[in-house]
Amino acid sequence: MSDHSHDSEGHIGHVLPLSLLLKVFGALVALTILTVMTGKADLHGADLAVAMIIATCKASLVCLFFMHLKYDRPFHGLIFLFSVMFVGLFLVFVTLDSEEYQGDIKDYKANEVLELQVGE
Amino acid sequence: MSSHDNHPEGVAHHFESAEQQFDSGKFGIWTFLLTEVLFFSALFVAYTMYRDSYPEVFQFASQYLDTNLGALNTLVLLLSSFTIAWGVRNAMLGETKKLTINLIITLACAAGFMMIKAEEYGHKFHEGTLWGGHEHSIFKLDADDVNEDIAAHSQAWSNPDGEFTAAVKDLDPEFRQKLGIFFGVYFCLTGLHGIHVLIGMILLSWLLIRNLRGEFGPKNFAAVDFIALYWHLVDLIWIFLFPLLYLIS
Amino acid sequence: MAPTTNTLDRTNYLNATNGFMSWFWTIDHKRLGLMYLWSVISCFILGGVYAMKIRFDLMPGAVDFATQTAEQMNAYNNAFTVHGAVMIFLVIIPSIPAALGNFVLPMMLGAKDVAFPRLNRFSYHLWIIGAVLFVATLFLGNLDTGWTFYPPYSTGHTDPSVITAVLGAFILGFSSIFTGLNFIVTIHKMRPPGMTWFKMPLFLWAIYATAVIQVLATPVIGISLLLILVEKTMQIGIFTPELGGDPVFFQHLFWFYSHPAVYIMVLPGMGIMSELFATFSRKPIFGYKSIAMSSIAIAIFSFIVWGHHMFLSGQSQLMSVIFSALTFSVAVPSAIKVFNWIATMYKGSIAFNTPMLYGMSIIWLFGIGGLTGLFLSTLGTDVVFHDSYFVVAHFHYVMVGSALFGFIGGIHYWWPKMYGRVVDGPLAKLGCLLSFVGFNLTFMPQFIGGSKGMPRRYAAYGSEQGFDDWNYWSTIGAMLLCTGLSIALFALIRSLFSKTKNLSPSNPWGGVTLEWQSPSPPPEHNFEIDPPVVGDPYDMSLVEYCGEEEGFLPVNPRSDDPCVADVKLEEA
Repeated sequence: MSDHSHDSEGHIGHVLPLSLLLKVFGALVALTILTVMTGKADLHGADLAVAMIIATCKASLVCLFFMHLKYDRPFHGLIFLFSVMFVGLFLVFVTLDSEEYQGDIKDYKANEVLELQVGE
Repeated sequence: MSSHDNHPEGVAHHFESAEQQFDSGKFGIWTFLLTEVLFFSALFVAYTMYRDSYPEVFQFASQYLDTNLGALNTLVLLLSSFTIAWGVRNAMLGETKKLTINLIITLACAAGFMMIKAEEYGHKFHEGTLWGGHEHSIFKLDADDVNEDIAAHSQAWSNPDGEFTAAVKDLDPEFRQKLGIFFGVYFCLTGLHGIHVLIGMILLSWLLIRNLRGEFGPKNFAAVDFIALYWHLVDLIWIFLFPLLYLIS
Repeated sequence: MAPTTNTLDRTNYLNATNGFMSWFWTIDHKRLGLMYLWSVISCFILGGVYAMKIRFDLMPGAVDFATQTAEQMNAYNNAFTVHGAVMIFLVIIPSIPAALGNFVLPMMLGAKDVAFPRLNRFSYHLWIIGAVLFVATLFLGNLDTGWTFYPPYSTGHTDPSVITAVLGAFILGFSSIFTGLNFIVTIHKMRPPGMTWFKMPLFLWAIYATAVIQVLATPVIGISLLLILVEKTMQIGIFTPELGGDPVFFQHLFWFYSHPAVYIMVLPGMGIMSELFATFSRKPIFGYKSIAMSSIAIAIFSFIVWGHHMFLSGQSQLMSVIFSALTFSVAVPSAIKVFNWIATMYKGSIAFNTPMLYGMSIIWLFGIGGLTGLFLSTLGTDVVFHDSYFVVAHFHYVMVGSALFGFIGGIHYWWPKMYGRVVDGPLAKLGCLLSFVGFNLTFMPQFIGGSKGMPRRYAAYGSEQGFDDWNYWSTIGAMLLCTGLSIALFALIRSLFSKTKNLSPSNPWGGVTLEWQSPSPPPEHNFEIDPPVVGDPYDMSLVEYCGEEEGFLPVNPRSDDPCVADVKLEEA
C-alpha cells in the first residue's frame, strides 16, 4: 500500500477523455428522464425497487467515471462500498425493530382508548 | 536534516515524493466522503423507517412536492457534475481558461439549484406544508391548532380546486400528524443537502480564485480533483433523494 | 551526569521555537500531542471534581431521601450529566489517540509527521472550540439530561443549555473524525520500506482500528446531535411523540455511535498494553497476529451490538434477542487479547516499572469489567441490572480499567520521549497502587449495590433500602482514587521542574519500536538518522542494557546514529 514506486494510476495518471464525459452525462440525463417516467407510471408495488435500481445505475456512472473509481486504486472504491454497507446494516436493523414494535404501539393506543371509554 | 536539501519541489516536508503526497490526499478525501455518507445515513434511516411504517402517508405527502422542479434540480446538478469533471480534466492538462469557464458553470448550476430550492421552500412556507412542530404547519393533530391565516389561503389545507386527492383538513388526525413527520424528514434531508451545496459553492469559489491566480496545472491539480469528488458526492446524494422524496407514486 | 542521548541541554522539539504562536499555530504532531495531553488532563480534573461531588452527595446522610429538595435533585442531575459528558467527550475519547497517538504514531513509523499536519492542527483547534462551548454551557446552564441527551426530555421542557452543549459535542465530533482520518491515511501511506502490515507495532494496529471506528461512527452522532438541535429549536418532530415522532429512534441513532465509541476508548489502551507487556517482559508479544486481527474484529463487531443499550427502551423482542447474541461474540476478541498478554509474561523477565504496574492493573480491571458485561448482555439478567449501579460499575471498570489506566501507563511509558525525563520512582508507584486500590474500593461495592437493586441517577436513597454501606465505602474509595491519581499527576509534573534529575536516555525501557531510536526528547524532525532501522518491533535481542544512565542501546548500531556514536560506556 505504501510502495513509492511509480504507479501508472497515481500522480498525473489517467485523464478522462471529453467524449467519455459527454457520453456519461448523456446517459445520466436519459436515466433521469426514465426515472421520472417510471415514477409517473403505475408499477404495481415495484415503484421503489425500480426507482432505486435506476438511481443506483446513475450513482454507479457518477462513481466509476466522474469520480474516477474505474481507473483508481480499487481500495478507494472499497472504502465507498464499505460505507454504504454500514448504512445498509444500520437501516435494516432499525427498520426491522420499528416494524416489530409498531404492534406494541397500536396495542397501547387501543388500550388507552379502551381505558378512556371505561373511565367515562 | 540530510535530505532537506534535495527534497522535491512542491512536496511537503513529511512526504517522500509528490506521488506519495497525491496518493495520500486522494485516500484522505475518499475517507472523508465515507464520513459524509455516514453523516447522511441517519436521515436515510429515518426516511426508510417512517415510510415503512406509514407508506400511505408518504404516498399522500409526495403530491405536495413539485416533480418537475425536482427533476430540473436533478438535471442541474448532473450538469454541474459534468462540468466539474471536465474541469478536473482541464486542470490536469493545464487548460486554465477552460477550467475557469467550467468552474463558473458549476457554480452557476449550484446557485440555480439553490434558487429552485428556495422557490420550493417558499411555496411550502406559504402553503403551510411544513413539519408539524412549526407554528404555520397545517399538519396539526387537532385541526383547530392550525394558524387561521394559513388555513385561509392554503390550497393543501382546503383543496378548493380538487388539485390533491383530499383536503388536509378532512384527513384523519393521526394521518395528518404523520404527514408532518414526512415533512420533518423532507426538510432535514433537503436542508442538510442544501447546506452541503452551499459549502460546495464556497469551495468552488476558492478554486476559481486560485485558478485565476494561475495556481493549477499538470503538476498541481490535487485541490481541483479532491473538491470535485466532494461535489460529485453532493450530486450522488441528490440522485437518491429525488426519487425517494418526489416520486412516491 | 546526563545520558548522552538526552537532548534537554540541546535543541529539541520543545525548545526549538518559543512563544505562544509557535505552539498554538504549530503543525508539529509532537507539540499538538502535548497540547492535547494537557487539555485532556485539565478536563479530566474538571470531570473528576464532579465525580467527587456525586460521591459526596451519595455519602449516607448527605442528602435525605425523604426530605430532598428540588435544588438538591437538580444539582445531582447536573453533576452526573457534567461528569459523564466531560469525561466521555472531552477526556476519554480524545485521550489516547489525540494525546499519545499524535505523538507516537509518526515516530513509530519512522516518519516526520502525520499525513495531514494542518488538518491535525485544525482538529486541535476544533477541540478547543468544542471544549469551550461545552464547558461554558456546563457552568452557565443547568444541563440535567444525562450525557445521553435522550428526547423527549432533552428536546422538550428542559434547559436550553442543551443547545450549546450539543453544538459543542458536535464540533468535538469533527475533531475526532479528522484525527481518525489522519491516522488511517498515515498508517496506509507512510509506513517505511520493510514495515509491512504485520511488522507494525500493535499500538498502531489498535490506533488504526480505533480510527476506523472514529470515521465510521462519529458522523452518526454528529447527525443525531444536529437532529436534537433542530428538534429543540424548531420542533422538527422526528423524536417527539406528540408530533408523531419516535423517541426510540433517537436511541438507535445515539447508540449506533456510542457503542462503537466505547471501543474508541478501549482499543488504544489495549494497544498500549501490548507495547508494555512486550517491553517489560523482555519478550516478543505472544500471538501478534491474533492481537492484530482481534483489534479489527472488535472494530467491526462493535457496530452490530448497539441495541444492548436498549433492551428496556421499547426495542422489539426480535432485535433484543439478536443484539444479545451478537454482544456475546464481541467478548471473544477482547478475551483473546487478555490471554495473549498474560502469555507474554510467562517465562519473561518481568520488570516492575511504573508503566508495567499500570499494565498489570488493567488485566484485573478489564477482566472484571469485561466479564460483568456478559451479565448485561444476557437479556434475563439485564432486566434486573439495567439502570442500576451494576451498569455504572461495569462501564467504569472497562473505561477506567482499560482506557484510563492505559492512558496513564502510556503517559509514563512515553514520558521519557516526550520530556526527556523518567518518572518511575516510589511516588509514581504509590500513585498507581493507591489508584488501583481506590478504584476497586469505589466500584466493587457498586456491583453489589446494583445487584441488590440500587438504581442509578438517584440523588439519595432512604436508609431502609440497605444501600448505605455500599455508598459509604464507594465514597471512601473515591477519595482514595482521587488521592492516588493526584499523586501520580504530581510526580509527573514535578519531574518537569528539574533539568538535571531523572534524565532519560533515548531508550530507558528497552523498547524496540522505532520511536526509541530517537533521542529523548526528539528533534523537530523526529530522527537524527534518516530513515531509522526497521526490524521486528518485538525482537528484544536487538537492544541490550548498557547501564542505568545510557539505558538500552542497539546491539548493531549504525555508524551514522548519533544516539550511539558518542555514548561512552563504563567498563563493565
